[in-house]
Order: sequence, then C-alpha cells, then structure tokens
Amino acid sequence: MPIITMREAISQALWEEMERDERVFILGEEVGVWGGTYAVTRGFYDHFGPERVRDTPIAEGTIVGAANGAAMAGLRPIAEMMTINFAFLAMDQIVNQAAKIHSMFGGQMTIPVVIRAVGGGGRQLGATHSHTPDVIFAHFPGLKVVSPGTPYDAKGLLKAAIRGDDPVLFIENATLYQAKGEVPIEDYIVPIGVSNIQRAGKDVTIVTYSKMLQVSLQAAELLAKEGIEAEVVDLRSLRPLDMQPVIRSFKKTNRAVIAEEGWRSYGIGAEVAVRVYEAALDYVDAPIRRVAQKEVPLPYNRHLEQLALPQVQDVVEAVKGVL
Amino acid sequence: MERDEMLRLYHQMALIRRLEEAAASLYQEGKIGGFLHLYIGQEAVGCGVVSARRPEDRVITAYRDHGIAIAAGMEARTVLAELLGKATGCSKGKGGSMHMADVSLNFWGGHAIVGAHLPLAAGLALADKYNKTTAATICLFGDGATNIGYFHEAMNLSVVWELPVLWVCENNQYGMGTSIERASAVPEIRQKAHGYGMPNARVDGMDIVQVRKATEAALKHVRTNGPFLLEAVTYRYRGHSMGDPERYRSHEEVTKWEKNDPIGIFHKYLIKNKHATEAELEQSANQAASEIQEAVRFAEESPDPAPEVLFSDVYVKEVG
Ligand SMILES: Cc1ncc(C[n+]2csc(CCOP(=O)(O)OP(=O)(O)O)c2C)c(N)n1
Ligand SMILES: [Mg+2]
Repeated sequence: MPIITMREAISQALWEEMERDERVFILGEEVGVWGGTYAVTRGFYDHFGPERVRDTPIAEGTIVGAANGAAMAGLRPIAEMMTINFAFLAMDQIVNQAAKIHSMFGGQMTIPVVIRAVGGGGRQLGATHSHTPDVIFAHFPGLKVVSPGTPYDAKGLLKAAIRGDDPVLFIENATLYQAKGEVPIEDYIVPIGVSNIQRAGKDVTIVTYSKMLQVSLQAAELLAKEGIEAEVVDLRSLRPLDMQPVIRSFKKTNRAVIAEEGWRSYGIGAEVAVRVYEAALDYVDAPIRRVAQKEVPLPYNRHLEQLALPQVQDVVEAVKGVL
Repeated sequence: MERDEMLRLYHQMALIRRLEEAAASLYQEGKIGGFLHLYIGQEAVGCGVVSARRPEDRVITAYRDHGIAIAAGMEARTVLAELLGKATGCSKGKGGSMHMADVSLNFWGGHAIVGAHLPLAAGLALADKYNKTTAATICLFGDGATNIGYFHEAMNLSVVWELPVLWVCENNQYGMGTSIERASAVPEIRQKAHGYGMPNARVDGMDIVQVRKATEAALKHVRTNGPFLLEAVTYRYRGHSMGDPERYRSHEEVTKWEKNDPIGIFHKYLIKNKHATEAELEQSANQAASEIQEAVRFAEESPDPAPEVLFSDVYVKEVG
C-alpha cells in the first residue's frame, strides 16, 4: 500500500469524487488559481475549470450559504473555510441553516454539503487563528462533525461525507497535513459515526481523535516501554458519536484518559467521561482524567503556546494518574 | 395580462387577506403559537412578483411567508395546517409560520434569520447556472434585511458570478419598529444596487399591475444578463408580528396607507378598464372567504404530528 501524507489523502478524495460525480464542486477563498491556502486543491483549477473550482469573495457566511442553496437544488458542494476560525462568521449558515433545513421543512429539502475547515494550534498564529472549536459544532443535531487523525481515515471519511446526504463539517488539523500513512489505491469509504481502535492494549483506554490521536499514539509508545499497554480509541466522528468501542475497551481496562486539543471546559472529555460513567459505572477503578488545552487564549510565543497545548507528556502523566 | 390572469390574481389577493385575518383570530384564540407575521397590505408585491415567474423559476423568501406561499401555489389549507402545527402542514408541523415551503411548487421557504436566505438564493441560482438551465431564482426580503452583511455579500457574489437571481426588496418602510430613515444610509433601497453595478428599479408595490410589469422586465434581464434588484414600495397594515404595540408610527400614517389598499386599487383598475363587473369581483371575494373557512376547518380537524416523528428527518438516514 502506498504511503502518502494527510494532505495528499484529502486531495485525492476530493479529486476522485469530482471525477466520479459531476455534481460535486468546490467553492471557497483561494481554492482555485492559488491552489488552496494549504495546497490541498493544487492543480484542481486547471483540471476541473473555474465552474467547478470556484474562487469566492471573502464572505464566509455567503460561501456556506451559497453552498447550502446549491445543495438544496441538488448539487454536492464542498465549501472550504480557509481556516475554521473564519467559520465563526459562517456560524449562522452552518448551525442555523445547514443543520436545520432538512428537519424544519419536514424532510423536503436535503443539504448534502461538506464544509472543510482546517483548525488547531501550534503554529504560532496567535489566539484568533489557532482554535480547535470542534465541540461547538458537535453540539448541533442535524450536522455531522468528523475529524480524522490518519491519512487513511481522512480519505475514507471525506468520501463518505461527499457521498452522504447530510451536511458534514470536516475538520482538518493543520499540523497533520504532513502526517504519513498507508492509503490503498482502490476506492473505499470510512463510514461516518464509527469509532476505531487504533492501538490495542489492556491496561488503560485513551479516547481521542485528530491531532491528539498522533500525540496519544506517541504517549502509548512511551508507556509501552514502561510495561503499560494503552488501548487507543479514535473517535473520528464527534457527531454522531460512537461510544461502543470506548465502552467495550473501558470494561476491559477499567481506566480511561480522554485527550483533546480544545479546552477542557464543556469539552469532549466531559461528554465522553459522563457517557462512560453512565454505561459502565461498575467498571470504574479510577476517576477518568482529561487532557486538554490550558484555559487561555492561545499565546503567540512559541514556548507559551506549547505550554498551553496538550503534549505527549501530559497524556503519559494522565495515564499514570489513573493506574 | 390576460383577463383570466387578472381575475385569478384578484382572487389570490383576497384569499391572502382572508387567510391572514383568519390567522390573526386563530392566534388570539391561542391556536397558533410563536411568532406570526402578517402579509396584509403587501399582497400586490407577492402576487405580482410570483405570478410573473415560469414554473421552473424558484421562489424563496423571509418569515413573512404565508402570502408568498399562496402566490407560489400552496393551498390555503396547507398553510393554515402548518400554522396550527398539524401533520398536514406543508412542513409537517415542524416549521410553523416562519418556515413554510413546498419544493414541489419550487417554493424554497420561509426563512427566519434576517438575511440568511439571500446566500441560499445565490446558491439555488448557482445550481441552475451550473446545470445550464434557463431557470431564475426570485428572492424576496425586507428593507431591514438590506442593512445586514448577508445582503451585501450576496449582492456582490451574484454580480461576480453573474447569477440568474432577481432580488426583490419588499420595502414596507419598517424593520420591526425602526423606520428606513433611522436604519438605512440611503432612503431608497435601489440605491444600494449602485455599489455593485447592478441594474435596478423601484416600483409602486401597492399596484399589482405595475409590480407584475416591472417583474416581467426584471426577469427578462435576469435570464440573459444576471442579477437585478427590484424595490417594491409597500406598507404593512398590521404590526410587525402579533402583539406589536406600534409605538413607532402614527394611526394617521396607517390610515393614509390603508386608503391606498392594494386590493382596492386593483379593484378600481379592473372595473375602470371593464375587465370585470362589481358582481364578479364580489363573488370572487366571497369565494375566497368561504375557501378560508373551509381551510380553517381542515386545519383544525387535522391531527397533530405523532410523537414518533420527533426524531425523524434530523438526518436523511436515521443515526444512533
Ligand atoms: C439575524 C436576525 N436578527 C434579528 C432578527 C429579529 N427580527 C426579525 S424580523 C426583523 C425586522 C426585519 O425587517 P425587514 O427586513 O424590513 O422585514 P419585514 O419584517 O418588514 O417584512 C428583525 C430585526 C432576526 N430574525 N434575525
Ligand atoms: Mg420591512
């Protein structure tokens, strides 16, 4: 199996789906002539042309809005938010229109739209450009929120998102674009809403996704050297949230750490921990621990920024804390 | 306009007027919940604009949508059933007053966030352009909506992408209690088109004949040359929504506009030009009244949605 980067995996998914289905098109800021701010759509404009790779004005609400409208009319738009931080300007179209229209009109209209947005901290972009706000969007029924942690999942999940009939927010992490992994040549999809055991272990369950999956896998390597076998569960999709593999793992290990890049308060850690307690209280051998971002606007200074972001060592220590 | 078409529109305007009056009573009786925005006074705009479309042309509007729904061909009973939240309503009782739609009539809602449906309209029009059809999208919105960012983004995008969309501003001169002079930098909405190099027109929105004519011309432009902004100057006789204390305008002002009633104007026009007799128009109006009575009965007798449908249509396929 070829080994490719996350960027290539996402790019391939977009390319192949556009080749497969005429109704699929891309719109967003700098997606065309520029080739995508993160070079994900490089070469698309020349191949697919300006009708299917549409450069837009800087107008996030209207980018998602026009995508929603085109989806209502039967197309399959992929709207790109240059970064997820700008998706706040499109909040209304994402949560008030995309997530509501199918239900609110009694099922008459569907919104088969994919909103791609790249997020995450760690690149010294300062507080406004470093959000990991995934959980905010995952709050809304009617929207699906996925965020892959490997190239394989990125390609398969993005294809599932494009082929599905529901609105999907597809969150990429900028620091993962260079991450490598095996991706088959053959066409495949990864169904949305299925969590996945990324690493088997018997001593503790680490629940995570996206960038923190890679961090957690590194932590698991270090722990293994000390004879601690961590099982790492990748949620992959925040809504729908598949708790089955988490619960199954927890019933085996009786201990869990939840690692996310966003802030702890009201976070995925809180949600997952409560669900574990609800489903497996009798199996709890230690209070569940959460690893997350320090509760500050992310600072620019490299050292301060890294101090605020959850690190491999934080996961290692949290695991030791529950053992 | 053909005589038959004029009589059909006269009937439609009367039907909307009776429907809205019935809705007001049902609201007073506590049978309609939430917000209720009546279209009374603005009938000439919706009927004049929507009647100018071809079947393939899409219509989308804001929350003041009952009249537009009727103009788009929805039955009064379906509108009323939705108002009562019944399973037989156009949105199966899940939308309510502000969220009426019938995709089979090419009527795309009913949208309650001010301005949010303008980019949706741009997207609908984009789809038609993408699919190389000749359809246009007609997007109606209020004067207040032209002060929100969405309006400006959508105007700009529609010009840049040459979208087949007709922007229709129903300038009823108030956004809730704020008059246009207090909220808009320019007194005429059409002026806002200038910034986008978009052709535009302003029409007397109380005169359906004028509205229809202006819409036909505008749609012709849209089909070949791209977006157009049509401003229809109109007035809402009732409050913004039910329970509006109306402290922002005088009784005299309302009375003055009521003398300019769009149904009255059309009535006079039809008689003066011998398109109809008094008896014919009276019969049409009476028929509208009994149609609404019948529709109210249908809506009241319709069942509530079953509790099981609470979780349906959240996603296209149910998810756990
Ligand atoms: C984004 C947003 N802000 C505020 C409101 C509350 N609101 C509902 S209607 C309205 C006035 C809109 O006026 P206009 O566009 O002129 O339409 P009209 O009611 O006169 O038909 C306001 C402020 C809203 N629904 N959405
Ligand atoms: Mg108004």
